[in-house]
Amino acid sequence: MNYIIEAFQEAWYLIIGFDRELFNVVSTSLRLSITSTFFASIIGIPAGIFIGRTNFGRKKIVNIILNTLLGLPTVVVGIFVYSLISRRGILGEYEMLFSFRGIIIGQIILIVPLITALIRNAIYSLDEKLYKTALSLGATKIQQFKLLLLEARYGIMGAVITGFGRVLGEVGISMMLGGNIKGVTRTITTAMALETNKGRFGFGLALGLILLLLAFIINIGVYSLQEGKEYEQR
Amino acid sequence: MNKKLSIFLIILMITLVFSGMALAQDRLILATTTSTENSGLLDEILPTFEEKFDVRVDVIAVGTGRAISLAENGDADIILVHARAAEDAFVEAGYGVNRRDVMYNDFVILGPADDPAGVKGMESAVAALEKIANSESNFISRGDDSGTHKKELSLWEKASVKPSGSWYMETGQGMGASINVANEKEGYILADRGTFLAYSGDIDLELLVSGDPLLFNPYGIIPVNPAYHTHVNYQKAMALVGYITSQEGQQMIYNYTKYGERLFNPSAITPENFN
Repeated sequence: MNYIIEAFQEAWYLIIGFDRELFNVVSTSLRLSITSTFFASIIGIPAGIFIGRTNFGRKKIVNIILNTLLGLPTVVVGIFVYSLISRRGILGEYEMLFSFRGIIIGQIILIVPLITALIRNAIYSLDEKLYKTALSLGATKIQQFKLLLLEARYGIMGAVITGFGRVLGEVGISMMLGGNIKGVTRTITTAMALETNKGRFGFGLALGLILLLLAFIINIGVYSLQEGKEYEQR
Repeated sequence: MNKKLSIFLIILMITLVFSGMALAQDRLILATTTSTENSGLLDEILPTFEEKFDVRVDVIAVGTGRAISLAENGDADIILVHARAAEDAFVEAGYGVNRRDVMYNDFVILGPADDPAGVKGMESAVAALEKIANSESNFISRGDDSGTHKKELSLWEKASVKPSGSWYMETGQGMGASINVANEKEGYILADRGTFLAYSGDIDLELLVSGDPLLFNPYGIIPVNPAYHTHVNYQKAMALVGYITSQEGQQMIYNYTKYGERLFNPSAITPENFN
C-alpha cells in the first residue's frame, strides 16, 4: 500500500517540478495529436459535408462502411500501416517506420472516419426548413454554403475535438509505428505502457494524471460546444 | 468564436505541424531487447557515442526475436540481442555481418517464498525445472520469442519436459510485466538479473536458483549486412560496434551499477586488461 502513496508523491513532484523527460513526452503526444487531427480534419470536414448534403447512388454502402470504420481498432490500423511502410512494404523507401510521420499516417487513418461520420451526423441534424427559407429569399449557392457552415460549426468543431481526444489516448498505433523511441516517438500512452516495466511507477502515474487532465479539458471543450447554441440564445 | 482567436489558433496549429517535421539528421536505428533498455545502460553509453559521431541513435526496445526480424526486414540498422543460436542463424543467412561479443549477465529462477517445488539453492537449473514440472507448480513463461523465452525453452528441452497444462502460463509480454504476473500468481519464472533487481523492491518473489553456467546470458551486437539491405547506415553501425567494444565502452559497462550491483560484465575486453 505504501508504494502507491510514494508513487503519487513522486508523480506530483514530477509534475510541479516540470520534469524535463515528462514534459518532453507530453509535448510529443500533443504535437502528434495536433498534426494528425489537422490533416484528418482537412480530409474529414469536406467529406462529412459532402456525404451529409448530397445524394448519390452508393450512399447507403458508403454510410455502412463509414459506420464500420468508426470502431476501427488501433492495432488493425497499426498492422496495416506497418506492412505498408516497413522496408519490405511498398512505401518502404520513404523511411517512415519508427518516425513521427509513420505515426501520423496511422492516426489520420484512425480518425478520418470518426470526424467524417460525426460531421455527417451534424449536417443531417440541421433543419431543412432553413435552406428552403434561405432559398426562397433568393440565397445563392455560396450563401447557402456559408449558412450551412455557420449552422453546423459547433458540430464540426465537436467532431474535430473528439478526433483529437481519440488520437491523444490511443496506444496501439504509436507503439507499433513509433517504436517508443525516447525523445522522438515516445508518447504519453506508450511511455505509460512500457516505462512502468522499469519499475518507474511514479513516472507512469504522473503521465496518467496528465492524460486525465487533458481528457478533462477536451471534454469541457466538447461540452461547451454542444451547449454553445443554447448559451448564445440566452 | 471571434476572428482574431480563430486566426491565432490556425497559425498555432500550422506552426506545431511544421515543428513536428523532424530536422534531417544522421540516424541509426538500434533494435534491442527490453532488458538492455530497461536496465538504463543504453542511456549511459549512447549519449557520448551520439556526440562523438554526430548521429542520433533511435532505440527500439523489443524482444530478441522481433529485433532480429526487424533487422531482417531492413527496418533496423543494427541489433544488440541475446540469443546466440538465433544470432548465428541471422549471420549465416547473410542478414548480418561482423558480430561481436559485448557483455554478459545471467538469468535467475525466481519463485514464491514458500517454494512449493522445493528448488531453493539447487545448482542445476535443469533439475530445478524438472522439479517444478513434476510438482506442477505455477510457472510463468514470457512466450514472446524473446531471448529469455528462447533460453527458457532450451532449458525445458534439456530437462526433456514439454511444458503444458494449467500450471504453465505464457504471458506474451515483457520481462517486467511477466514478473508481475508471476508475483500475482505465486509462480516460478526465469528472469534476467537486471530486471529482477529493478523489481525486487515491489515483489514477494525470491531468487531461488542462480549460478548455473547454463544460465549464462551473453549479448552480441550485429550490424545489418549492407550488401543485403543497401539503405542501412552501415558506417555508423560499425562505429557503434567499435565504440561499444572499445576500452571506453567496455569500461562504462563495467562501471554501470544499479541497485548496488553490476548489471552487465563486459566481454569484448576483460576487466584485467583495462588501462
